[in-house]
Amino acid sequence: MRLADRLARPVFVAIVALVLAFVTLPSLVVVVVAFGDKSIMMFPPDAWSLRWFERALTYPDFRKGMVNGLYISAWASLLAVAVGTMGAYAIDRFRFRGSALLESLLLSPLVIPHFTLGVGLLILASGLGLSRGYAVVVLCHLILVVPFVMRSVYVSLKNIDPMLERAAASLGARPLTVFLRIHLPLLAPGLAGGWLFAFILSFNEFTATLFVTNNTTQTLPVAMYNYVREYADPTMAALSALLIGITALFLVVANRFLGLDRILSIGSHR
Amino acid sequence: MSAAETRQGAEGDVSLSVDRVVKSFGDARAVDDVSLKVRRGEFVTLLGPSGCGKTTLLNLIAGFLAPESGEIFIDGAPISGLSPFERNIGVVFQNYALFPHMTVAENVGFGLKMRKVGKAEVERRVQEALEMVRLPQMGDRRPRQLSGGQQQRIALARALVIRPQLILLDEPFSAIDKNLRAEMQVELKTIQRQVGITTIFVTHDQSEALSMSDRIAVMSQGRVQQLSEPIELYRRPANSFVASFIGEINRLACTRRRDADCVLLEHGAVRLRLPAARVPGEGTGDSMLYVRPEALRAVDPGTPEANLCDGTVDAQVYQGTHVDLIVKADNGWLLRVREPGFDALERWPVGARLGVHADLAEACVY
Repeated sequence: MRLADRLARPVFVAIVALVLAFVTLPSLVVVVVAFGDKSIMMFPPDAWSLRWFERALTYPDFRKGMVNGLYISAWASLLAVAVGTMGAYAIDRFRFRGSALLESLLLSPLVIPHFTLGVGLLILASGLGLSRGYAVVVLCHLILVVPFVMRSVYVSLKNIDPMLERAAASLGARPLTVFLRIHLPLLAPGLAGGWLFAFILSFNEFTATLFVTNNTTQTLPVAMYNYVREYADPTMAALSALLIGITALFLVVANRFLGLDRILSIGSHR
Repeated sequence: MSAAETRQGAEGDVSLSVDRVVKSFGDARAVDDVSLKVRRGEFVTLLGPSGCGKTTLLNLIAGFLAPESGEIFIDGAPISGLSPFERNIGVVFQNYALFPHMTVAENVGFGLKMRKVGKAEVERRVQEALEMVRLPQMGDRRPRQLSGGQQQRIALARALVIRPQLILLDEPFSAIDKNLRAEMQVELKTIQRQVGITTIFVTHDQSEALSMSDRIAVMSQGRVQQLSEPIELYRRPANSFVASFIGEINRLACTRRRDADCVLLEHGAVRLRLPAARVPGEGTGDSMLYVRPEALRAVDPGTPEANLCDGTVDAQVYQGTHVDLIVKADNGWLLRVREPGFDALERWPVGARLGVHADLAEACVY
């Protein structure tokens, strides 16, 4: 027993280190490859250069994809916050016929393959005579990210003491006032977290997006896919490195400003 | 019930009146045909074990639940048609339920804002309320920066500042540690008297109930078992439930029969004679004699003073302020006799023979 106890900690640390390495090593390799000089991807590179970064930033399809992506993700994540909040609120506060159904429906994209959704929307859109415009892409992303927003809001909502609602009511607050003055401020961190998550997911989504975009609406991941089909140079690695950097920065800043301690302080208000 | 209680109910103007209220959850009747009247300024405690319906009754009064039948009146006006936000009732919750995203002053001022009170007036009244609970400097703090006792006082200030017709307190001290609790009880009672507000207090802690209340409603299985002043409740419990629930009491099995205007209680060789007026109900058969440990005294065996029974000391329980003697009576009864003096430890050692004297005026039979 004693020996096992003493071994437990180092073994645990080793396992965690291995898991972390397994998760992060591919990203590290990509970042290193991006700084290579040869026009094929090579690890480790034998000469160093920044030229693939330059190409990644100036390649027209990537620029267009970036703008499209920001535009689509902004809409999709904003709409997802609105829809997800309403859904989470409905499921949490009201028990009605079919509330369980609504819950599983709104959470189902977690189990439906993105590919299926993409094809389905493509068929639906052409059947309805819709062109493959931004609206279809936004709708597609909305469906994909709503469950995550709803989860996030739902958890925040669960963390709100139901007695607060009663306290506010006993002090004369009508239901709408309770929502605006009590629930909404307390949900803010959850909403922000959900929005951020939705934005990142939407921005990175590829499988379903591939089916519902065309040349003018293609997002960055789709543009990258098209690029890879023609070239094998480290531009892709450079772009990936940039995206990893930006996303990481984004998360760190977000965590700092609307971060964990605000979310936790809601949980421990007692 | 007792004459004192009837007199109290009719006296003064009634602030809260609960009239034959019923509330069920599924098949269980949480509140079962409860009626009670509370006078203006009175402090009434709903006391009972968990699941007795006391919190449900509180929620019905606050409007968080709707009664199936019956009506609740505040200052004579029926209120079951009103939502909680339309009633003018202050509520203090068990976990305080302070709004974590607002400052203390914003919390206290919330009810006033809802009432569209002007800004200067809100400020003045909030400060007044904070001074009342002796936390005048805390307005800018957040609730989580305060201790439990301070949060409790802010919750009280928030409920009182709207000048409600009635204040409801739901086990407000259960989350506060024991030393602070006694202090908070005194403080709450002082503030309640100062403000003169009608108060309904819910607790399962009988010592809290006995020390604070003007009257106590003991509840069990959705019904009010007894509504009396604390001293009446303790000395003249209305039934076996109240007798067993409040304080410590000896339950002594016996058979009873009527003998002229007396009731004879028998168990083994013991025969007791009580005036019939002291024993509710007719009939003969198995009964229980209820008598508190402090109504019993250890005396020399076989003397006329030993009017209850003779027996042997089975154990001694030293409790600081007193000694409890566990006595095995010759007729099989097991009694707890409370002796105030410390010499009882030496005088009545384990195995000693003794007689038990009972102050039968303090005994009840059910």
